[in-house]
Amino acid sequence: MRNRLLLKKGALTGWCFIAIPTLLIFFFSFYPMVQAFMMSLQSGTGIGLSFSGLANYRRLFSDQTFLAATKNTLTFLCFQVPIMVILAMFFSVLLNNRALKLKGVFRTIIFLPAVTSLVAYSMVFKSLFANNGVINGILLRLSLVSEPIAFFSSPFWAKVIIVLAITWRWTGYNMIFFLSALQNVDPSIYEAARIDGASPLKQFFNITIPMLKPVILFSAVTSTIGTLQLFDEPMNLTQGGPGNATFTISQYIYNLSFRYTPDFGYASAVSYAIVVMVIFFSFIQFKVGGDDT
Amino acid sequence: MKKVGSYLFLGFFTILFAFPFYFMLVSMTNPTVEIMQGKLTPSTHLLENWRNLRATYDIGRVFMNSARISVLQTLFSITIASLAGYGFEVYQSRAKNVIFHVLLLSMMLPFAATMIPLFRMFGSFSTTIPFIGLDTVASVILPTLSTAFLIFFFRQNTKMFSRSLIEAGRIDGLSEIGIFIRIYMPTMKTTYAAAAIITFINSWNSYLWPLITLQTQEKQTFPLLISAIGAANNPDYGLLMVAIMVATLPTMIVFFSLQKYFVAGMLGSVK
Repeated sequence: MRNRLLLKKGALTGWCFIAIPTLLIFFFSFYPMVQAFMMSLQSGTGIGLSFSGLANYRRLFSDQTFLAATKNTLTFLCFQVPIMVILAMFFSVLLNNRALKLKGVFRTIIFLPAVTSLVAYSMVFKSLFANNGVINGILLRLSLVSEPIAFFSSPFWAKVIIVLAITWRWTGYNMIFFLSALQNVDPSIYEAARIDGASPLKQFFNITIPMLKPVILFSAVTSTIGTLQLFDEPMNLTQGGPGNATFTISQYIYNLSFRYTPDFGYASAVSYAIVVMVIFFSFIQFKVGGDDT
Repeated sequence: MKKVGSYLFLGFFTILFAFPFYFMLVSMTNPTVEIMQGKLTPSTHLLENWRNLRATYDIGRVFMNSARISVLQTLFSITIASLAGYGFEVYQSRAKNVIFHVLLLSMMLPFAATMIPLFRMFGSFSTTIPFIGLDTVASVILPTLSTAFLIFFFRQNTKMFSRSLIEAGRIDGLSEIGIFIRIYMPTMKTTYAAAAIITFINSWNSYLWPLITLQTQEKQTFPLLISAIGAANNPDYGLLMVAIMVATLPTMIVFFSLQKYFVAGMLGSVK
């Protein structure tokens, strides 16, 4: 009865609360998505666009730059997301230990990279890994290498540095979600498991991981979406190089629209390749990690 | 024994994670040549680097540009998102829940796909409604003014907001929006603080969209400036490191001053 009253009273007021925020998202997210799709069916440069059907999409498959950018983006994704999620999970499990001293210090420092600007930390990493920079200096002093590694001239090392850099920036951020989730777990569950003789490893796999499943999913999906759109780091840290070794799809879209003669139609088709990948990976992750209900 | 392992593991990574900050701090005080040689001890060039930065770039203006955008974005975004989060949770109905889930889908729309239509949209505003056209503060803020992530965040936290407070407000004769402003907002301080941290950091650091919409140097924000300094042929790294520090300090200050709310606020979002 009371609930019904509350509902009635809220019928119109409720809509007032949500109207503006909802309209803004429709106008600045959904509507441009539709426009991008319409544009992807058109060809031409500048403003002289004409309908061309699926020609832009066909062009994708023979476009070497696009294929290289896709390969790079997927490579970053395959290494960076699992490494980061696992690392964030380890940190949070260790930091959730009540008896641990210096917990606040560890947590704060591991989170701190998340406040830095992507452009700014890219510049810091760029000088850290310079040919005669700090990292090479340390490697030389420890005699791990006999001559400095030219990190940014090697397609392999340039990719590794991008993965390292993103992991540095985002692990602490994701750790916070894991920590929050862990603090909601009732400690008596672990108590019971310990009495039943479950080893710490067993407890981790049979209690912690299932409890964290929704957060693992959240973290994996949001990081995947982020990495598929990777732009700031390759743009500022490696300039997509050497060659095209760290060039990403978002950079390609940017170049097609704002660096070369604007080809908005084709750029939109490329952007829809990201949309398809986002849907594909999210679907798989929800299938694998989602609730069975 | 197990504990020693925890300390070693966490200690190792903490040092690793702190290292770029240390490098940043030390490099501010070194001349470019020594930064490029990877010098790890402080020196006395801080003032000189700072003076070079001031002499080459209008750092005060860049700071004001960044501050204006981030503060406005933060204030408006958390207000709008909290209205919606509260509305979706307190006045639930089947239709509203459907809309809520549609909004969540927008989190999956890549910005890379919407940026071209947005660029053209704001381009057309430039002639019709100039004050929100390209190269304006409004054009930077508007596309991310309302985000599904923040609405979701506020809705999750609103689940812990006691309904009896709403009832009490109604008995006291407050209007529905009055309840929101007088009771909900003060009660949910931690949630607002956490949301403010996230929004401020995102806005202060945002790069791609400002790069597209802000076309004149007078409007430049910190990420654009730092990117421009670093893209030069022989960047002055001493000057660059000072600029990076100035650009990073505000987000650090915001984070450290609101940190205790941040953890509490995040806790509410996963309940």
